[in-house]
Amino acid sequence: MHVLTANWHTYWEGFVGTIELTAVSSALALLLGVLIAGFRVSPVPGLRAFGTVWVTLLRNTPLTLLFFIVVLGLPRFGISLPFFTFAVLALSCYTSAFICEALRSGINTVPLGQGEAARSLGMTFGQTLSLVVLPQAARSVIGPIGSLLIALAKNSAIAGSFSVTELLGSYRTINELGYSIIWTFVWIAVGYLVITLAISAVFNLLERRLAVAR
Amino acid sequence: MTAAAPSASALYDIPGPKARSRHRLYGVLALLAIAGLLAWIGYELVSTGQFSYAKWNPFQYVGIQELLWHGLLNTLKAFGLTVLFALPFGALFAAGRLSEHRVVRWLSTLVVEFFRAMPLLVMIFFIFVAMKVQPLWALVAGLTLYNGSVLAEVFRAGVRAVPRGQQEAAFALGMRKTQVMASVLVPQANRAMLPSIISQLVVALKDTSLGFLITYEEFLHAGKLIATNLDYDLPFIPVVMVIAPVYIGMCLLLSWLAHWVERRGRRSPRVRGGAPMATAGPGMGLPPEVRGQD
Repeated sequence: MHVLTANWHTYWEGFVGTIELTAVSSALALLLGVLIAGFRVSPVPGLRAFGTVWVTLLRNTPLTLLFFIVVLGLPRFGISLPFFTFAVLALSCYTSAFICEALRSGINTVPLGQGEAARSLGMTFGQTLSLVVLPQAARSVIGPIGSLLIALAKNSAIAGSFSVTELLGSYRTINELGYSIIWTFVWIAVGYLVITLAISAVFNLLERRLAVAR
Repeated sequence: MTAAAPSASALYDIPGPKARSRHRLYGVLALLAIAGLLAWIGYELVSTGQFSYAKWNPFQYVGIQELLWHGLLNTLKAFGLTVLFALPFGALFAAGRLSEHRVVRWLSTLVVEFFRAMPLLVMIFFIFVAMKVQPLWALVAGLTLYNGSVLAEVFRAGVRAVPRGQQEAAFALGMRKTQVMASVLVPQANRAMLPSIISQLVVALKDTSLGFLITYEEFLHAGKLIATNLDYDLPFIPVVMVIAPVYIGMCLLLSWLAHWVERRGRRSPRVRGGAPMATAGPGMGLPPEVRGQD
């Protein structure tokens, strides 16, 4: 307890940093994931191919390598953004590939008749997808998407090693001050558990509220 | 992958001549956008001199090649050791979670759930910094605890997916519970879960790159050493061009193996009537119940 209260400021900064990183990356990953999922089921072969390449490449790239490329590589092209933005880019691109696949498996659970009914009403592909199919698909994969965002929160720990303020990185400051290293890590672990349990609770609630009975 | 076909086509009609020309237009626009992006990357690469002699020459040095080779071997060593320890760990705790003794079951559940909930990097740093373990063993220990716990869930899901009749028939033949487990349930579960197991190994292979962050001298670390060398004109992009294809290639190969096993398993008559084949696909530490759902 003493380690936590004495270093409350450092922990709090890291905790808020992790939450910010997770929240911004989640939003961007969801957006990208929906977009890529749309590409992957679209009638345009070029877009489908792009979606497939995106998902295959990103799902098979180690996240550390992606961080390495984005944080250390993009500045070589004259793109210099804050480290936070780089970390958000790496995390959200990586997670978007997984979210795309989760959504796609959700699209598979929507009965064929739904798409057919939408089409027979004269809806275009965009309307069918955005008004009829995706809302139902998203509802059926709320659980898996929650798990993906929990994984994102856990993965955000990597950003600490690339000069972003976040929870795991706070161990360095506290360690230098000579506090018990074991307790330092215990409180970091508690911090991560709070975040992941919160995400899990929110998604459980959403799942109960929005689930479609089928 | 193939299951997407029917529902995807349910999203749009078979295009007529007008729609086809419109789709062609979209396709061309998309291709132009992608080509534009690639051209921009290519332009930036050339204009910042990423293909210069000074940046690529180091890769001809035997020392550099040995450094990279050594790094790759270290990555594979960490991966091999993780597989070696994580599979028994997973099997042990899966058995624990399926045990008839309440205490064993609770303890195993606690261990598995705890290590799955902790960020892997926090565990690796804890073992490395607080317990002062060498980088290799800190990495392997962290990977084993995490992937072993996920594998325990995979094994357990596999055993539970075997139809009840199998177990009942085995008990009816007078087998003991260990015999039922070892000679009836586990072989069928393994066959069904093999794609998921290999997919989890892809995750482990990807995560060996975390060793980079605790200064374990693996592949990425070797790349960093070369990339930050002023004598070679900081060849960062060339290093990425060499390292990324190798990493992604290794993971793709393993992912492809998982898909191949899955496809083969679905066709195999031995699986018929047994546990359903799990789906392959690199996960993100999802519990297998979620991944194997569809």
